[in-house]
Parts: sequence; structure tokens; C-alpha cells
Amino acid sequence: MSKENILNAIRRGLKRGPLPDDQAMGLRARLAGHPRHLIPARSRVSRPEQIALFIRNIEKEFGSVARVADFAAIPDAVAAYLAARNLPTDFAIAPHPELADIPWDTRPLLQRRPGRAQPSDLVSLQHGYAAIAETGTLMLPAAPERPTTLNLLSDTFLVVLRASRVVGAYEEAWDLLRAESPTQPGGGFMPRNVMLVTGPSRSADIESTLELGAHGPRRLHVLLVDDDPAALG
Amino acid sequence: MLATSPAFKQNVKGALADASLQKALAFTRPSFAGKRTAAVAALPEFEQLRDVGRDIKNHVLANLDFYLETWSANVEKSGGIVHWCSTADDARAAVLAICQKAGAKTVTKGKSMISEELAINDHLEKHGIEPVETDLGEYILQLRKEPPSHIIAPAFHLNREDWEESFRASHTDLPEDRVFGERRDILTEARKKLREKFLAADVGITGANFLIAETGSSVIVTNEGNGDLTQTLPRVHIVLASIEKVIPTLEDACTFLRLLARSATGQDMSVYTTFSTGARRPADLDGPEEYHVVLIDNGRTGMIGTEFQEMLRCIRCAACMNHCPVYFTVGGHSYGWVYPGPMGSVLTPALIGVDKAGHLPNASTFCGKCESVCPVKIPLPKLMRHWREREFERHLAPQGMRSNLAIWAWFAKRPQLYRMATGLAARLLSWLGRGKGRVASLPFAAGWTAGRDLPTPEGETFFARYARAQREGKL
Ligand code: SF4
Repeated sequence: MSKENILNAIRRGLKRGPLPDDQAMGLRARLAGHPRHLIPARSRVSRPEQIALFIRNIEKEFGSVARVADFAAIPDAVAAYLAARNLPTDFAIAPHPELADIPWDTRPLLQRRPGRAQPSDLVSLQHGYAAIAETGTLMLPAAPERPTTLNLLSDTFLVVLRASRVVGAYEEAWDLLRAESPTQPGGGFMPRNVMLVTGPSRSADIESTLELGAHGPRRLHVLLVDDDPAALG
Repeated sequence: MLATSPAFKQNVKGALADASLQKALAFTRPSFAGKRTAAVAALPEFEQLRDVGRDIKNHVLANLDFYLETWSANVEKSGGIVHWCSTADDARAAVLAICQKAGAKTVTKGKSMISEELAINDHLEKHGIEPVETDLGEYILQLRKEPPSHIIAPAFHLNREDWEESFRASHTDLPEDRVFGERRDILTEARKKLREKFLAADVGITGANFLIAETGSSVIVTNEGNGDLTQTLPRVHIVLASIEKVIPTLEDACTFLRLLARSATGQDMSVYTTFSTGARRPADLDGPEEYHVVLIDNGRTGMIGTEFQEMLRCIRCAACMNHCPVYFTVGGHSYGWVYPGPMGSVLTPALIGVDKAGHLPNASTFCGKCESVCPVKIPLPKLMRHWREREFERHLAPQGMRSNLAIWAWFAKRPQLYRMATGLAARLLSWLGRGKGRVASLPFAAGWTAGRDLPTPEGETFFARYARAQREGKL
């Protein structure tokens, strides 16, 4: 009832009835083609520069990045980061095959609990799906192997990301998701939740002064795996 | 939310006399504008993106019925439910019904301006459900039972002592002798208190910055992460969204994301931009089991096809108020309803009636700054002028005499006198500011000019200009 009321009120305002078929076809074609608009030139640079832009932007937004040569180097990098900040060595970790394959036994002190995050978790480690150099933004689509709570509940948020998954602009990241995301119930490609994360949580609500770690993580640290020869400058 | 807009003049008087408000305004003003300027300067394409943003929104508004139907069909395909609501009453009833069906005792809320329009908190409380605002600014306002004074920095008018006082009064389970040495201590206490609420909530309510027709998604943009905790942890997620939030595709969203944060807080991108599509998938380890969108008209369709249609492009970035000399003199509460500043002066009369909000379009110096920073190029001064014309015509018509503030109505019914009085004032201001183009102090309104330089009127009132333009055949 309300639906018809609202649609009719819109049409009255627009001084027309329902869209004629040919016009609706045009709009459907626009949706299907989802054309890009103007994309800023800042991310149209060489691969090494794109990676450098990504790192610069993360740091500008109060995150940090450690570049590692390969997945085998991750346990050391994680242990070093946690130790330098006196953080606990047990953490929740995304149950993603790529993370499970990491040779964690080289650092037996690191205690991993695969699954979603619990409210008591101080540290979490997420699998980075892709990232956008333009603004230093991580793309984290929800999936059974990438639970959303890992992005939110901990105090220190670690993300493992392949350098080959760093793209220039948001549009390119959506292209990856459109191409790779498994078909969802209902037929679409959009996972239940896709978070674009740029830096750690913050608020300026108290006297217009920035404080980190409002409700989400206070620290964001990206472990960037150099798997892309073209990106090594 | 009950409107005090009819009492705009009294509100302004109070605001001018409020020393701590004036201090907060003076402190915040340069940083709001400065941050946007820096972010915009760092993106050479920003001006072109404003044109793109405007054009996308115009395209959507011309085809709003189509895009809403497409979006709604895609929400339902992905396992969500859309509740179409013409009025605020319908929307309140829909939200309550979902909460009651979920057996909800506690509801957490992300920041949402439309929820202020609905006064949803009062409604839930009345029915025995505890709503908890989780945006830090909104949280303290809820403790203090105050409305927001800004659409993205709702509590910037409060100082540290206000926070401390409210926390001590409300968090009585914590030790009385605890010390709030720095802002961090306030934040830590709020974080701890709200964590408990996030975990206890049965339903989470968020707003939506955008709805994506192509995918049936809703999008929220936040910095704290409270909106994400609100929509991820409880069993049921309710999105409140007004009809003009829909845009066609993810690519269209990219353009608006490039405009929004830069215009709002001067960030290149807000910390969390989250796209929600339907409910938890079978193998997911977290996320809500139910996803509802309460889609709300509440007066907006009445703007379509009128000169105010352009206002529906608004993406609620707050740049217009962040650059408004009037806003920074009188503060947000003076406007008397949900939306302050230039965008409020145009939107409020459309949503609650020009008889209640007719003063707001007068709260302008017509300096044009708002239009020049608006990311979707809404001609705010022109739209305020349209309201003034409408209001003026209404008072000229004999049947049009409705209740209003006595003095204003008395003048308005006597156009000659009104013109003379406002003409005198304009010429006086022009004289005071001669040569400088700005009036730095006014003998009869020290509070008004202490916070800002009043751009000097060009020695001509709107009506005089209007009459001249008519004579010159420009209208
Ligand atoms: S009117 Fe323009 S500047 Fe003001 S809040 Fe809306 S989009 Fe932003």
C-alpha cells in the first residue's frame, strides 16, 4: 500500500506515469554496464608507485605497514610487532586457507584461534582481500573464511595482504569482487557485508579533537606480502 | 523530534548569550573549514567530481521510482525485507513491530539523522524497549537528553567538563573517585560502557548514506566503528533510509565516496565504509540473521517536481553548515529541528511546514559560501530565497494569515513597512562596513558579530533587488 503511495507520489511529482519500456530498458542497460565515472589520476601510476602510494596513505591515516618477502616471513613479522608493543601473543585469526598455510610453527609462542572474534580478543588477524592505493583502503568482504567481527572487536587489528592485490582505484577493487565473488543466495555477487577500511577507528566527538580507537581497533597494521615482482621498485 | 523552529529568534538570543557554546563554535570553525580546504586541494579532480555527483543525483531523481523498485527487488532477492513507509508514523510502527517480533529489550543505534526525524528513541522507550545511541557524540547527547547540534559532529558544542559531569551522573556503578585526566579517559569509559550494550542488544538500527539499486545494498560511512558493531553483533539489523538515498551502481557510489569524506571531515575517506546486503549467509560465522530496511518518504515526495527538488541531492556532508557564518554564530540548536545550517533552512520548511520553519530561510547572509562548497552543487541561497518568496506571498494573501511570531507577522502584513525596515537595516550595515566589505562589529548585536564578520549587504534588500530585476526584465 505504502509502496504504491510512494511510487505514485514520485510519479505525480515527475508528471508522468510508470517509466515507458524503452526508457526502463535504457536504465537497465546502465545498471548492467555499471559505467565508471571520472577516476582521479593520482592512482594511475606505475606498480611500485602504486604500492608506495598505498603505504603512504595508510600511514597518513595512522595505520602502519610491514613489507615481508613471502608468507613464510609472516610469523616473525607478527611476533616482532606484538613484542615491540607488549601485546599478547594469542589472537583470533581468519580461517582462510592462505593464512592456515603459513608456517606458524616457526614461532610456537604465537597462539592462534581460527574463527570469528570474541569480545575479549585484544588482537585479531584478518585476511586482506584487496586494497585501494588511492586512499590506503582495505577491502574486506565477509565470507565464512573472513568473518566481519575480526575487523571490529579487537584493539589491535592485523591484516595480511598480498601486494598483487593492491589496485589503484575503488572501481578496480569492485571489478575484482564482481569477477571473483561466489554467487550468493538470490543470484547476486555481493557478500553479506563488504567493509572498506581506511585506518584505525577514531572519533573527534570530544572537543573536536581526534582520538584513536573509539569503538573499533586502535591500531591497524598491514603485513604486505611482496608476491608481485612488478611492484618491487 | 519536536520542533522549536518557530521560536528561532528566541533560540538565537539564548545561543548568543551562551558563553560555552560561543567558545566551542569559535574553536571549531577554523578547523572544519581548513580540513576540507586541504583535502580538496589535494585532489585536482574535485571540482569535476562535483559536477559528476550532481548529474548522478539528478539522473536518479528523474527516475526515482524505477531505481527504488529495482533496489527493493534486489534487497528481497538477497534475503532482506523492505518496509515502505509514507509517514514518520508508519516508520515508527514498522520499527517497533520488528523489535517486538524479535523480543527486543535493548536496541543499539548507529548515528542516523532520519532516526532523529522519527524521534524513534522516544517511541521505543514508550514501549518498554531501551534504545542506546552508540556514536560517541550521540551517546552523550542521549545521556543529557539533548538534540544534536550538527549533522556529523553532533556534540561538538559540549566541552570536556560536560562529558565528565554526564558520565559521573550516569555511570554510577563506577568508582566515584576515578579521574578524567584527559580526553582518552572519557573515550575509554565510553568504549567500555558501550561494549556491554553492543553485546546485549537484540536489534541494531543504523541509517544509510546510500542505497545501491544494482545490488540491493545499504551503505554506512563512519569513523568510530560503532555503526558496524551495531549492525554486526545483534540478531536483527534494521536500516532506516529515506527514499532519496538510492543510487544506481557501485561505480556511482565511488564518485560519492570521493566527495563525501573530503567535504565532511576533510578525510580522503572515512575509516569505515560498509556495504550491507541481506542477512547472514548459511556458512557465515557472524552477522545478523535478519536484515530489514525501513524506507521512508516523510514529506520528500512532496518536493519532487517543485523548485526544492534539488535539495534531494543532499548527501548530508555538513560542508554547508561548516562554512556558514550564521551557523557559527547561532549554533545548531537555534534552528530548532533535526537539520541545522543552510541545508536545514531549506529542508526543514519542506518537511515540517513553512508555517513552523519560515524563519529559517531568513537566517542567511546570502554570502554564497554554502553553495560554493556543496559537493552536489545544491543552490542553497536560491532555495532559501524561494522559501522567502513563498512565505511572503502567503502573508500577502488574506486567507494566508496563519499564526506566527507577532512582530514578524505584523511587518509581513505591511510590505511597505517591512521593506522600509529591512532596507534601513541593510543600509546601516552597508554603511558600517563601507570600504571593507565586512562588518566587524555591530553596536546592537555584539554577540552576533563577535563570532564572525558579517558580509556587508550591498545596500539593497532582497525585495529591492527582486523589484529591480523585475524592472530589468530578468525575472
Ligand atoms: S546541502 Fe550540500 S553541503 Fe549541505 S549537507 Fe547537503 S550535500 Fe552537504
